[in-house]
Amino acid sequence: MAGTISRIHRRDTIKSLLIITPSVILIGVFVYGFIANTIYTSLTDWGARASLALHPVKHFIGFVNYKNLFAGFIHNRFRQDLVNMVFYSLCLLVGTITVGFLLAVLLDRSVRYESFFRTVFLYPMALSFIVTGTIWRWLLAPSGGVNLIPKLFGLPKSNFLWLSSRKTVLTFNWQDVPTILAVFILILLIYPLVKSFITQNKKRMVIYSVVSFILLSYIFIFKNILPPILPYRETHGFKLATVGILIAAVWQYSGYTMALYLAGLRGLPVSMREAAKIDGATEFQYYLRIAIPNVKPITLSAVIILSHISLKLFDLIYAMAGADNINTGHPSINMYLTTFRANQFATGAAMAVILFIVAALFIIPYMVHSHRERKIR
Amino acid sequence: MERFKKFLFIAMGLIFFLTGAALFANGTQEKAGSTQTGVSKPKVHRLVLNNNTPHGKLEIFSWWAGDEGPALQALIKVFEKHYPQVKVINATVTGGAGVNAKAVLKTRMLGGAPPDTFQVHAGQELIGTWVIANRMVDLTPLFKQQGWMKVFPKDLLNLIGTKDGLWSVPVNIHRSNVMWYIPENLKKWGVTPPKTWDDFFRIADKIKAQGVTPLALAQAWTVKHLWESVALGVLGPDDYDALWTGKLSWTDPKVVKVWKTMDRILKYTNKDAASLSWQQAIDMVVHGKAAFNIMGDWASGYMSTTLKLTPKKDYGWVPSPNTKGVFIFLADSFGLPVGAKNPDATVAWLKVCGSKEGQDVFNPLKGSISARTDSDLSLYNVYSQSAAKDWATNRIVGSLTHGVVANEGFMNDFSSVIEMFLNNRDPQQAANACQAIAIQNGIGRGL
Repeated sequence: MAGTISRIHRRDTIKSLLIITPSVILIGVFVYGFIANTIYTSLTDWGARASLALHPVKHFIGFVNYKNLFAGFIHNRFRQDLVNMVFYSLCLLVGTITVGFLLAVLLDRSVRYESFFRTVFLYPMALSFIVTGTIWRWLLAPSGGVNLIPKLFGLPKSNFLWLSSRKTVLTFNWQDVPTILAVFILILLIYPLVKSFITQNKKRMVIYSVVSFILLSYIFIFKNILPPILPYRETHGFKLATVGILIAAVWQYSGYTMALYLAGLRGLPVSMREAAKIDGATEFQYYLRIAIPNVKPITLSAVIILSHISLKLFDLIYAMAGADNINTGHPSINMYLTTFRANQFATGAAMAVILFIVAALFIIPYMVHSHRERKIR
Repeated sequence: MERFKKFLFIAMGLIFFLTGAALFANGTQEKAGSTQTGVSKPKVHRLVLNNNTPHGKLEIFSWWAGDEGPALQALIKVFEKHYPQVKVINATVTGGAGVNAKAVLKTRMLGGAPPDTFQVHAGQELIGTWVIANRMVDLTPLFKQQGWMKVFPKDLLNLIGTKDGLWSVPVNIHRSNVMWYIPENLKKWGVTPPKTWDDFFRIADKIKAQGVTPLALAQAWTVKHLWESVALGVLGPDDYDALWTGKLSWTDPKVVKVWKTMDRILKYTNKDAASLSWQQAIDMVVHGKAAFNIMGDWASGYMSTTLKLTPKKDYGWVPSPNTKGVFIFLADSFGLPVGAKNPDATVAWLKVCGSKEGQDVFNPLKGSISARTDSDLSLYNVYSQSAAKDWATNRIVGSLTHGVVANEGFMNDFSSVIEMFLNNRDPQQAANACQAIAIQNGIGRGL
């Protein structure tokens, strides 16, 4: 009896293997194979000359392309693009989550024609980035659209250049970036460090202490001994021209977060709200103290999804500001131009790998987290 | 659970194996390449002329779809009249200045399926990308057979060829260094078109005092376009050419002076430039909001055809300041890629492209002039006649923005330099950055 069961099992295994093999092979070649190929290309000098020859000459040159991107003379633009990407991601996250949550709260209070409003708010997400971009480019034109709004109130017309402003705020020196990063990580480490001491988790105590010590010693000692990453000062910062892009992106995606949150708020048991009311909580207190903590999983998935979208703003920026506007630049646009316009395939591949790593930084913690949760269940 | 883990293990193993295989395949391909191209220079593919009657299909790849479509259609009609046995496939990919077409072309060439002939900006845009990759056929025998060595200006042949040969047949010529204005408005403001940049600054102050923008500017590429006129004006044609042959360093004080002049000029331009198209910059001039605009002579086509203005009467033009007697040209051209399926038909097409009949049918419709110095001027409008006269007599230099003098790598990086300069207005830094990108992209190293 036991033998037959195991035979059936084996047959099942073979069957399932047969079924799954084609997709494993295809994914292996077309996803992982090409990722590996891109990584390999980024370590060569493909693109130096005659890059489009029938058999281009490539030499393995190690991490030179990466070094040039972060600390080379001519890749100033890429560094600003990276800074822009950080600001795009942060602002898009804060903007869509705040606006989306507020819209969800408004709809949650059982307004009349709720489904109508829900469709209206969700509708922008159905548009493609190119359409959104074109509409908003017109609205944000210097001599029309949004800039004319003050006129309705009898004020003088605004002259803000939404997409072509050359002003930069929150400027910092690129040479200081390692220090800024070190301080940032230290601040993040404070909480787990203190917690590990309180819970007396020896292993964690050691790891966190060593990391903090390395970072501190960098900030106070090695920073002054090691040569700076760039031989000269180079300022980067938050470009005001990105505000226009952000408005359009938030407009498009806050409906999406609204839908997520609305589902989350509706999923909360009515008894919870009634209990809060009986205990004398106001509506505001209910949302702040009870609803927000209870929809935390939704916030988490919104953050993951939106941070990915913020890495894919390519088409929106392309449609709104054009590819050559470095003030609104994004690494993905730079990657495209470097690869397909300038024929610098290796440098373009290096940019692609950096984007890939950034995306992985977002997705891997999420996958680990959800995997653990599944295990617990 | 155990079973699942084992299964996962096998799957992961498979994936890694395949990844490794892909990498390995890549490595062998590279080896094959290095033995072929290696140290010795690859052999130039030279065209061998024959007397075959062309037949079959001919695919013409271009980005001439919208306003330029009719001109291409007319040229194809001339071709079909002479070669009725060839069936033309007109493959166009839309997108201004070929932004999309160039990307499509690259994938087709890399995929081993080149079109029979494709449109390309004559000069380094073709040479730096395709000739250097040994994917074009040298057309010198055709140029000699058709007598084109004599009818095309010598400066032009030097700029579109290398020491190994001539790579494409120019069908049209546009001029880049033209300053446009409305004569009536200038009279109203009491100024005349400037001959030098010093003139310009004097006039500009006068115009600015009357609340008018002296020089209309549009998005980034038009700044690049302005730059080449300023560089030619400040450096003169010899030093301008020397920049591209590598004989003049980008950090030379003379070149830094170009950037300083740029900085001064930019103070007289409109603030919302980055969000305007080149047509909107011309509109500013036409509507009296700005006095001048420096733009290629497609602006003439826009004003005469779209805005229905009469050349010379409603709008006027002069060479941009300090560039009288010099013609910055750009040209569209067609070539013969290695591996084209029907080379006989392509050669027939190229013959039509370079012929007087073909050029004089195409160019009046396109709003450009013929690359030949013997074209029938009575077919062209007033502006084109004056441009054609200059084309035959002036010193000719190539355009940077439109692909004649520098390869695509330099052009792309130069856009970033211009944007950087617009942000910080630091002439020395811009000069240094240009030197760096010139070295990286091998400017002046020749082929």
